[in-house]
Amino acid sequence: MATPHRSSSAAPAARASLDAESGEWLRALRGSRAERQAAIERLHALLLRIARNEVNRRGARLSVTGPELDDLAHQAADDALLAITAKIDDFRGESRFTTWAYKFVILEVSAKIGRHFWRDPGVRLEAEDWERLPDRLGFDPAKESEWRDLLAALRRAVEEELTERQRRIFVALVLTGVPLDALAIEMESNRNAIYKTLFDARRKLRAVLTANGYLNDDISRRP
Amino acid sequence: MNGWGELDRFLHTDPRDVGCEEAMAMLHVYVELVAQDAGAEQRYPGIAAHLRACGPCSDDYEGLLAAICDPSDGGDEGPRIGPLS
Repeated sequence: MATPHRSSSAAPAARASLDAESGEWLRALRGSRAERQAAIERLHALLLRIARNEVNRRGARLSVTGPELDDLAHQAADDALLAITAKIDDFRGESRFTTWAYKFVILEVSAKIGRHFWRDPGVRLEAEDWERLPDRLGFDPAKESEWRDLLAALRRAVEEELTERQRRIFVALVLTGVPLDALAIEMESNRNAIYKTLFDARRKLRAVLTANGYLNDDISRRP
Repeated sequence: MNGWGELDRFLHTDPRDVGCEEAMAMLHVYVELVAQDAGAEQRYPGIAAHLRACGPCSDDYEGLLAAICDPSDGGDEGPRIGPLS
């Protein structure tokens, strides 16, 4: 993309001073075998609790329930623990150790939910359901005459202006409703790359619709 | 929000948006600033812009924020070994 993704403007110091609790975690995880084992068990228990809370928080939107949901939480906690212990030297004290560690398990839950989607997707990746778009965007069917031309122009722009990859990603995410993480897995890509491609597609579509008088720079032309 | 507003919001792109990779790299720092009401959005406008636009990253942000704000969070208790036993 044409680089909207510039660096954050307020990068923290490279290695902040550790709070006492974080220092104790690091000391224990790098300590004697017994200390390390005890710390790992304690950390795993924390990660499992966070993972369970997170799968339950997201549970209403998932097709996973009961023991399968708990199994997903266990897998996320196990994999997060492995990643944390492997990357412990990357912890720079910019946050509490536990906040840094919890991030791993939250991201593991995300990744596992993305993979789980394809077990029973209920959609075809290539399906282009333009008929559902007005409803998904919240257009009032009774006022179709007011938005019909806009959506026709949007469809034309998708078909004529986007690259093949941009179009495939737009169709999957916007028309078919495939979750972004699930699409990243299917396309053997990653969240960041898919997001960047969609970012460029969104900007291109907006420019086309603006040039053709359907949107303006400040706000959409509303009837 | 009606369809026009929703489409307008979807097609809006913020040039400050840092993308998923950078937002996730600093997420642990960002959520602590949010939890402390310490000006996270002002310090990291690019991350704030990204979280407004990216559903999956926003979901992860909500999850991590919930985790550190959980009153039963045992993080403050430390590993319960050594001096903290």
